[in-house]
Amino acid sequence: MKKTGKYALGVLVFLSLFSLFAPLISGYDPDAINLDSIKEPPGFDHILGTDNKGRDIFSRVLHGGRISLSIALIAACISMGIGLLVGLYSGYVGGRTDTFIMGLVDLVLSFPALLLAIGISILLPPGIYTVMISIASVGWASFARIIRGNVLILKEAAFIEAAMAAGCSKPRILFVHLLPQCIPLSLVMMGLKLGGYILTEASLSFLGLGAQPPVATWGAMISSSRVYITSAAWMVIAPGIMIAVTALCFNILGDALRDRYGIRTEN
Amino acid sequence: MTVLICLKTGGPIKTYILKKIILMFPLLAGITFITFTLTKALPGDPVLGMAGERASPEVIEKIRKEIGADRGIIKQYFGYVSLIIRGEFGRSYYTNRKVFEDLSLKFPNTLKLAFASLFIAVPAGLLCGFLSAYNRDTATDRILSSLSVAGLSLPVFWSGLIIMLLLSLQLKIFPPSGTGDMRFLVLPAITLSLPAIATLTRITRTSLLEVFDMPYITTARAKGIPWIKLHLIHVFKNSLIPVITVIGLDFGSYMNGAVLTETIFGWDGIGRFTMEGIMKRDYPVIMGCIIAGTIIFVMINLVVDILYCYADPRIRVYEKNR
Repeated sequence: MKKTGKYALGVLVFLSLFSLFAPLISGYDPDAINLDSIKEPPGFDHILGTDNKGRDIFSRVLHGGRISLSIALIAACISMGIGLLVGLYSGYVGGRTDTFIMGLVDLVLSFPALLLAIGISILLPPGIYTVMISIASVGWASFARIIRGNVLILKEAAFIEAAMAAGCSKPRILFVHLLPQCIPLSLVMMGLKLGGYILTEASLSFLGLGAQPPVATWGAMISSSRVYITSAAWMVIAPGIMIAVTALCFNILGDALRDRYGIRTEN
Repeated sequence: MTVLICLKTGGPIKTYILKKIILMFPLLAGITFITFTLTKALPGDPVLGMAGERASPEVIEKIRKEIGADRGIIKQYFGYVSLIIRGEFGRSYYTNRKVFEDLSLKFPNTLKLAFASLFIAVPAGLLCGFLSAYNRDTATDRILSSLSVAGLSLPVFWSGLIIMLLLSLQLKIFPPSGTGDMRFLVLPAITLSLPAIATLTRITRTSLLEVFDMPYITTARAKGIPWIKLHLIHVFKNSLIPVITVIGLDFGSYMNGAVLTETIFGWDGIGRFTMEGIMKRDYPVIMGCIIAGTIIFVMINLVVDILYCYADPRIRVYEKNR
């Protein structure tokens, strides 16, 4: 793996650990309102300052990281799981089923992604599960397409023919022989997609469709503090940098993984 | 009939375009089916919404019959599609104005913003891509490539706020927000173009490098074609094909309203309209925006497909030999 990829992975591990142990590190309750310290600029007491309700921004950013990172990761796992199953089945079975499923995939991909996610998330009560569901219900399609393409190639390989000749059942060929072959590709895809999911999660919570106040998420923090941009810019800057750095690291990691395994993910 | 004549007299391009247009219909049917399902699943009964909460059962029954809510689901779907074709997206819960009228009022603003962003993004993205590719593996290339990854990782609603903070609130060059003349357009257009510049840089670079390695470039070079001719005719023309797709996709996504950017800068387009709908849970508005946005998106992709076939002679040859 390229050096930059390793650094990106390092930063991500660091960020995840910080978020995981947020209650131990931050020193402040993220939701504790303290009207004596409203909009304090970054300083010794509060490393990243406080917001309009006197809450410690460093603590909120770390706690927000827990939500943002876990939503992106879980949504990516769901997308990958569904995409993997659908892609495997569609590619292996072929014929009309394949045409139908790929039609469905094209349909989902022909929507502008954020609009479809908005459409799905207004149906459900706002919250972290809604964000996961709406990201995954758009995300599975690109996984399915790539996996199916891979299965079409693998299907012709000699070891599948051998498995068929040996009388393996269809589920056995699918899950024992084909599935493991698709795992590396799916993981690379996941690496490439995670950066985008972080951004989608942030956008949905910025729009007020994610976790509801007072719970801190990066997108919602920016959304609620943007009116204070002239008087307390640090309220906007810190969560934005977290989103950008996380998405950047995932993107670099994804690219590095792709180059490392020589996988083409276009088409 | 006209279709048949077209098929007989027209060349391979026409066949290709016709095929693309015909393929649109199942796609549009699918899209409306999804939005129909979303509408059906929305909280609240539309009949109660029309009749009021305390209407008598007879009145409710009457309205139910009138709008066809007592019919089968398939019939309801066809009714829904015919409403959309007539531009009937319902009325806003709050303003009681027709959603379609509001959409068409705000559309020109969205269009203006989309063109302005492309106007920035296309030259900048192509330039960075060229610089990157022609200085392959040098410091310039590495810096530009890192910048383009960074550009893809910035959340637009945040970069927009930072740009606003720097250029408008600190330096006071541009007005921070609002809808109006060119000066109001600059900041949202820059914000919106950042991710597009990043993608364009990437695609242009990859595509140029791919063409550089093609055997026909070696052949052309061996023939002793002058550098400028080699690059203008053989390299650019061939490497710009994937770039068209990216530009088209970007344009398509701007057209359905840059929800986040327009909201940040108070630009009165479809995107901000969507955001207002979300804030107030004004379902007819949200659904109207989603349907209109998606249809526009699909239409633009169709146009890009058609342009593609003029740009890429391989499609023409392929269609001819079928």
